[in-house]
Amino acid sequence: MSNDTQWKLWEVFIQLKTGKPHEHVGNVHAPDAELAIQNARDVYARRDKPVSIWVTPSELITATAPQDNEAFFDSIDDKVYRHPQFYKIPKGVNVDVH
Amino acid sequence: MSIDATKKALFNFAIKHADDRLILGHRLAEWCSTAPILEEDIAMSNIALDLLGQSVLFLKYAAELENSNRTEDDLAYLRTEKEFRNALLCEQNTDDFAYAIARQFFFDVYDYFLMEALSKSTDEQIRGIAEKSVKEAKYHLRHSSEWMLRLGDGTEESHKRIAEAVEFLWMYTGELCETDADDELLKSEGIIPDLSGLKAKWYESVSQLLAKATLEVPSIDLFMQSGGRKGYHTENLGHILSDMQYLRRLYPDAKW
Repeated sequence: MSNDTQWKLWEVFIQLKTGKPHEHVGNVHAPDAELAIQNARDVYARRDKPVSIWVTPSELITATAPQDNEAFFDSIDDKVYRHPQFYKIPKGVNVDVH
Repeated sequence: MSIDATKKALFNFAIKHADDRLILGHRLAEWCSTAPILEEDIAMSNIALDLLGQSVLFLKYAAELENSNRTEDDLAYLRTEKEFRNALLCEQNTDDFAYAIARQFFFDVYDYFLMEALSKSTDEQIRGIAEKSVKEAKYHLRHSSEWMLRLGDGTEESHKRIAEAVEFLWMYTGELCETDADDELLKSEGIIPDLSGLKAKWYESVSQLLAKATLEVPSIDLFMQSGGRKGYHTENLGHILSDMQYLRRLYPDAKW
């Protein structure tokens, strides 16, 4: 945003447990990476105890445009066979279904 | 040395370290809603809360040692100015962010080395408080150090302001590492380690960071203000206490 007089924007990802994914929790303003990490720690890790924090400049993230949603995502609903639930999962296999 | 004298020294010891944290925590909390950016606002409030938390632990222990029906709240809210033992640095007023950062940095270096040393105390309570606090102090120090570097080695304006802050606050730093008769007694009883080495460690750390931040390193032999540890304060403390103790004194039984 051109009228944003604050520092650069950084996206914050927090991992709460080793082996679990880093999850996006929000963003912070900071002049550089080190302070972005500190700000992320102070803003987003005040209550839960994370094991790792990632920050990345927001401008480095390339995102889909909302007007592309139809072409990108709508047809996904038609393909139930792509869901793991379609198959019988053998006993004893532990699957994290998203 | 009699038990009573040792207890008294431990009480004084707990009180002075509680007061540093209570008063500096209060000063830092004054930045809540007025820090330069939202993220920094939260960071400063977090650190203020850490310091208040540490203060509560020291005050609780002091109340327990005193064993005369005064609670940690009584100690915080009902003592008078002359009964406070915080170092003068902690009470200094700052309406410039650079001053708040310099004040915090000087304290954080001291706090870190102090808590590191006290983690070896043979007193279970002191050791417990120190082991918890040293982790917090390490983060506080990292926070204020990063800011010192960015302000010192930042823009012309930021450099000017942080240089002024360092110069102004310097005379209040000598008192931080002073040791007194209580420290001596507790050391001789084997309760706390020797703290006389703190000053050299403090100066070495501070000098290194100031140099890195392209700031002039003042001499450690300059005239230093002192008196807070004996109850002689700058006018700032009276203003802080009237603010901090107002509610409790006006409505002694207020609950929330």
